[in-house]
Amino acid sequence: MKPRTLYDKLWDDHVVKQREDGTALIYIDRQLLHEVTSPQAFEGLELAGRKPWRLDATLATPDHNVPTENQEDGVAGITDPVSRIQIETLDANCDKFGIVEFKMGDLRQGIVHVIGPEQGVTLPGTTVVCGDSHTATHGAFATLAHGIGTSEVEHVLATQCLIQRKMKNMRVEVNGEIPFGVTAKDIILAIIGKIGTAGGTGYAIEFAGSAIESLSMEGRMTVCNMAIEGGARSGLVAFDNTTLEYLKNRPYGPKEDQWEQAVSQWRELKTDEGAFFDNIVKLNAADIKPQVTWGTSPEMVVAVDAMIPSPEDETDPVKREGMERAYHYMDYKKGLAITDIKLDRVFIGSCTNSRIEDLRAAAEVAKGNQVASSIKQAMVVPGSGLVKKQAEKEGLDKVFLAAGFQWREPGCSMCLAMNADKLGDGEHCASTSNRNFEGRQGQGGRTHLVSPAMAAAAAIAGHFVDVRDFVRKQSA
Amino acid sequence: MEKFTSLNALVAPLDRANVDTDQVIPKQFLKSIKRTGFGPNLFDEWRYMDEGKPGEDCTHRPLNPDFILNNERYQGVEILLARQNFGCGSSREHAPWALLDYGFRCVIAPSYADIFFNNCFKNGILPVILNEKVVNQLFEETFATEGYTLDVDLASQTVKTLSGESFSFDVDEFRKHCLLNGLDDIGLTLDDADLIRSYEAKRKEKSPWLFDVIK
Ligand code: SF4
Repeated sequence: MKPRTLYDKLWDDHVVKQREDGTALIYIDRQLLHEVTSPQAFEGLELAGRKPWRLDATLATPDHNVPTENQEDGVAGITDPVSRIQIETLDANCDKFGIVEFKMGDLRQGIVHVIGPEQGVTLPGTTVVCGDSHTATHGAFATLAHGIGTSEVEHVLATQCLIQRKMKNMRVEVNGEIPFGVTAKDIILAIIGKIGTAGGTGYAIEFAGSAIESLSMEGRMTVCNMAIEGGARSGLVAFDNTTLEYLKNRPYGPKEDQWEQAVSQWRELKTDEGAFFDNIVKLNAADIKPQVTWGTSPEMVVAVDAMIPSPEDETDPVKREGMERAYHYMDYKKGLAITDIKLDRVFIGSCTNSRIEDLRAAAEVAKGNQVASSIKQAMVVPGSGLVKKQAEKEGLDKVFLAAGFQWREPGCSMCLAMNADKLGDGEHCASTSNRNFEGRQGQGGRTHLVSPAMAAAAAIAGHFVDVRDFVRKQSA
Repeated sequence: MEKFTSLNALVAPLDRANVDTDQVIPKQFLKSIKRTGFGPNLFDEWRYMDEGKPGEDCTHRPLNPDFILNNERYQGVEILLARQNFGCGSSREHAPWALLDYGFRCVIAPSYADIFFNNCFKNGILPVILNEKVVNQLFEETFATEGYTLDVDLASQTVKTLSGESFSFDVDEFRKHCLLNGLDDIGLTLDDADLIRSYEAKRKEKSPWLFDVIK
């Protein structure tokens, strides 16, 4: 047999029917639902008199709209009526159709992309979809995962299948030892800086190389999460012992009697020697420094010790225009360094960086320090109830609170500002989320994407600082 | 879904690259549980001078005079001419719903983000890909000619300009078939229910841990 990539294998394994025009019906093993992109799908299902094809393939939870304070009051405690209706609609639909849902107040509730892996719903060799573009996250488990629209949510509910066209193969290789102070977030930002926000369009990206292999599952999820910011619907990492260790004893994972059988199938989930990639990009881990986005697109990113790039130096007219627009939106003067950017708020959370490892990294920096008085708000929002519980067990909440951070309840929160957590007009925010688009965190808000450690250090300094110097100074 | 066969309509030029779905329909409007009614909030942050709130009557909001869709000459537009990587960012289907609700039936651009592209077909919008050079030409012509229209024909896969110049575009056979006939693709997929069932049976035998666990 011809050598195949990991993506080829996952694809081949799920084709139910290949059509002559190149599209195929592919089988979907898992669907995750949340309140924003599912109501119209349920409505469609009902109008057509259809039922879900399978119930045991689907898990739902509210996340985008949930408030991050006073969650114990449940849905009734949500003050914004429009948010409340959306969550009530999800609850009602799940109850009506018999879909398992982690409702507000359930310890297992959280951001879909955090709880899927946490619960063992996301498993190697499967296809995972969700009406959310950051579904790419689950690819960290050698899973074919991608975001879909609401009509497709309905299509999967009704048929357990999706009509797809096979994507091309791209490999992004990051080799070498990851330098001190550099994290998975910096790696993926550096990759997007290199390939651009459309660089991965039409591809499934496999992240590989020794640096990627050395990452924890949390780190790999951070990398795959942002594949979509590089234009790729799916990001992938091959299965290895790190994946295996993470999956042991997950509630919905294979039980003892099936575990060995599962692992032997999972071992195949890697790219064969000599398999063909349409595009290969290579980076040296040693060249990557802590990254900060300066503009309104994730590709507008530089190292923390750099100057904000000037549009005049850009030769590509389309890029230059985008940069000029970003300059205007961010209201920059010429000749600013990244470390000159004054910050108003700091947000540590989102499906990119709200897992336990992220919180540990931020707490490490926050420990024994104080949030600068110029910072209006610094908030930490764990990705799930279970992450929150674990963090509290380790005393991280105390570290954050003592340093002047707010310790919140799980949800998407200020990542997209659908709940009460948002930026004011013109405010700059150091954020561990994944999108710095205009208005993403609140109208007129200005987002800078960074790693959790960089966000914590920025909160303490009141502006961006090189977390490497920061930590060195601390330990000196 | 409404059919798309052919369209002869006014064109509006949206001259910026990488327009993301957060701009097409800002997130505060995602709280609706319906598919319709998003039109007044299409491109909300660019279109109005104030901050839009869901459920608000937009008729008296201050318009941004510089935004293209507020220009008198583009009223009644049905074709959106756009730049590269249109529809990037969030997977929200509210983006095509808002375009459709506003009155757009066709987008022409050199490239799209994958999810948005897909979502268009599911909602009776035809996303046409023409190469950069042609798109540049269409932008120039649209700017230069008041009342500029294009003739888009899905059956023959062509876009014709006022001067009679014709450009052809690619489209998947299956998507074309669904769009031309206004077919619901769930119904079509269910025609293959037996195939799905037999695939599922095999899968269950091979990887039983994927079944009957989430309950
Ligand atoms: S945390 Fe942000 S990016 Fe992730 S699912 Fe929620 S809103 Fe989307």
